[in-house]
Amino acid sequence: MSRQEGAEVHLYPFDLQLEPGSLTVLLGATQAGKTSLLRLMAGLDVPSRGRIWADGRDVTGVAVRLRDVAMVYQQFINYPSMTVAQNIASPLKLSGRMAPVAIEQRVQELARRLRIEGFLDRLPGALSGGQQQRVALARALAKSASLMLLDEPLVNLDYKLREELRDEFLTLFAGGGSTVVYATTEPGEALLLGGHTAVLDAGELLQYGPTAEVFHRPKSIRVARAFSDPPMNLIPATAVAEGIDLGSGLVLDLRAALQRLPRLAGALTLGVRAGALELSSAQWPANFLKIPAKVALAEVSGSDTYIHLESPLGGLVVQRTGVHRFALGESVTVGMDPGAAYLFDAKGAMVFAPSPVHTAGAPDLLRAKSAQSAGTR
Amino acid sequence: MARIHLDIAHSYRPHPREDADYALLPMRQTFEDGGAYALLGPSGCGKTTMLNIISGLVRPSQGSIWFDEREVTGLAPQQRNIAQVFQFPVVYDTMTVAQNLAFPLRNRGIDEARARARVAVIAEMLDLSGQLDQRAAGLSADQKQKISLGRGLVREDVGAVLFDEPLTVIDPHLKWQLRRKLKEIHRELRLTLIYVTHDQVEALTFADTVLVMERGRVVQSGSPSELFERPAHRFVGHFIGSPGMNFIPVTLLARALAHQAGALTPAKPEVPPGALTLGIRPEYLRLCELHEPGALPAQIEQIQDLGSCWLVGARVQPVAAGNAVGNGVGNGVGVGAALLRLRLARGEVVPQLNQSVGLQLLSPHTCFYDSRDELMAGPSGGVGDD
Repeated sequence: MSRQEGAEVHLYPFDLQLEPGSLTVLLGATQAGKTSLLRLMAGLDVPSRGRIWADGRDVTGVAVRLRDVAMVYQQFINYPSMTVAQNIASPLKLSGRMAPVAIEQRVQELARRLRIEGFLDRLPGALSGGQQQRVALARALAKSASLMLLDEPLVNLDYKLREELRDEFLTLFAGGGSTVVYATTEPGEALLLGGHTAVLDAGELLQYGPTAEVFHRPKSIRVARAFSDPPMNLIPATAVAEGIDLGSGLVLDLRAALQRLPRLAGALTLGVRAGALELSSAQWPANFLKIPAKVALAEVSGSDTYIHLESPLGGLVVQRTGVHRFALGESVTVGMDPGAAYLFDAKGAMVFAPSPVHTAGAPDLLRAKSAQSAGTR
Repeated sequence: MARIHLDIAHSYRPHPREDADYALLPMRQTFEDGGAYALLGPSGCGKTTMLNIISGLVRPSQGSIWFDEREVTGLAPQQRNIAQVFQFPVVYDTMTVAQNLAFPLRNRGIDEARARARVAVIAEMLDLSGQLDQRAAGLSADQKQKISLGRGLVREDVGAVLFDEPLTVIDPHLKWQLRRKLKEIHRELRLTLIYVTHDQVEALTFADTVLVMERGRVVQSGSPSELFERPAHRFVGHFIGSPGMNFIPVTLLARALAHQAGALTPAKPEVPPGALTLGIRPEYLRLCELHEPGALPAQIEQIQDLGSCWLVGARVQPVAAGNAVGNGVGNGVGVGAALLRLRLARGEVVPQLNQSVGLQLLSPHTCFYDSRDELMAGPSGGVGDD
């Protein structure tokens, strides 16, 4: 489908088939088209072209009330004059298919799962933001809809509450039978949620697949940019005999890493994730590229330090676990492992990604990787 | 510039009786001249009340506040010689950028030449030099907030500059640049800066000293690495880091303490054996083979690929102190049930779901907390500083 309002394109034509019964993350910056897509899935808007099917049934143009959909928004939306219990019960009462005793039981059960059982008699206005969002979530879950849509549900909460609720989402959605679609601007949130991810940018669906796979094998620079935080380091490069020339006399030797790849040519972009760059006085292997740099700022996230650097190659970001202190202007050397390099062609399409990323449940691969990296760390 | 000293308590209620009636419990706090401080905590912790007491917007219900040798308790904000930057831009739309920046100086009767020189310095620092003659009205929210920051920093003679969540309106992609500007400006101007935020990134990146607040109390005041490595209170361990520190109830035998004595520095004179809470960060919790000495048996319940690392959830079953379970928790540490999180770097061996593994709870980074959630023993100082 596609969606256009007047001259403004909200969503360019695309096809997307959600994995039934699992979680799909819509990842993209503000204005990427996430909310437009959610509204189309909900039936709040109608596509300009194309069709929407749910479980084999064409639901294009079917009103939201006649669809089996529940939605949770950024703002904590509850009925202000109803108690928490009445809020949660409202979709059950509206359906008219449940006996009052059964409704009460279901409300109790949901309230327990969302840890708001102590507030059932209160009005939503008397609750904290986190509790209000739990009520909205309980009401959405009460419907047991086959499609559950969440539009940045945690964005208005502070980060500790976000962590807590995100963990609870995973438990709530696991095995719930609903197909869940969760829109977020945060790459880290997409990774924590797992499932599948659809990357959106400026109204285009750029890539869809299992979340870890999309992260580790972005099809294009645009996907890599949208799906990295801190940003992926992107450096213009030209192909030379032994690898790529980054300018300033710095050449990344790719002979070992690129055995499996067709010959490179012309203008390229090198991509290296912040976590793959190293800052250390340790002995790096000979094929590591050493880049002199100066510290612009050490940003501390709590669990990691993101060191923003100025180098002959432009700005670089290096991620280190833990809290580290760097003085502004401090000189450091960055070590770049050729094995961690992504390469993008002149059109921005990915032509090379680091060797298959080890995944959970593949111990032999893991051991191989760990043995290989043991010498480099 | 000034050293600011508070000896206060504050309640918004007329007759406070219990702790919960206080927005700020009785406290003494000193902000050294030229320091960069952050007040960090969840909503309702008292951080904004403290800032408002420093600025003079709120008069403390008890105690006094001093700027160097001068008591300012009853003085209005204008009489305190401070500058403030708020969440949302405060600029005059009809004035140019230069006029906006010069406003606090002109207000104080600083002569034109000096004002112009100072505005030029601040504009240069904030990358506003090219827009000095532009009207503020046409600028983006980001640019306007930069002007607000500039107005806060333009006076050389202020006792302190107070920031209340100043980067809220800034686009996420520009935030790090403004954080850097603030750091540079602090390094060059050496003003006393106090910054209120609920966001750990803002606080830890900006400040040399972070005051972590909870329920009207400062639970720890320390450098970012101290807060990470040696949380003085369980709340700090929980609040700093994503995810925060793991906590697990433990019973210590005397010999476990003897074993640990080399690695840990007690925060209090003696760590009594008995019921305590052990704290260890996901970054420091290690997997090991079940038969290794000190291995605590656990089962893998969750594995998340976070891109740059793995986040693993391991379920621990209760073990009595000194009890030989399998090959034993050899160090005489009994533990309660818990789900513990650990972070594994890429390239480390990742276990499989439901796999039985061993965990090493004791390391040079392990902390112990008493029944009041306060640190009893933890890593020695200086850890984590490069």
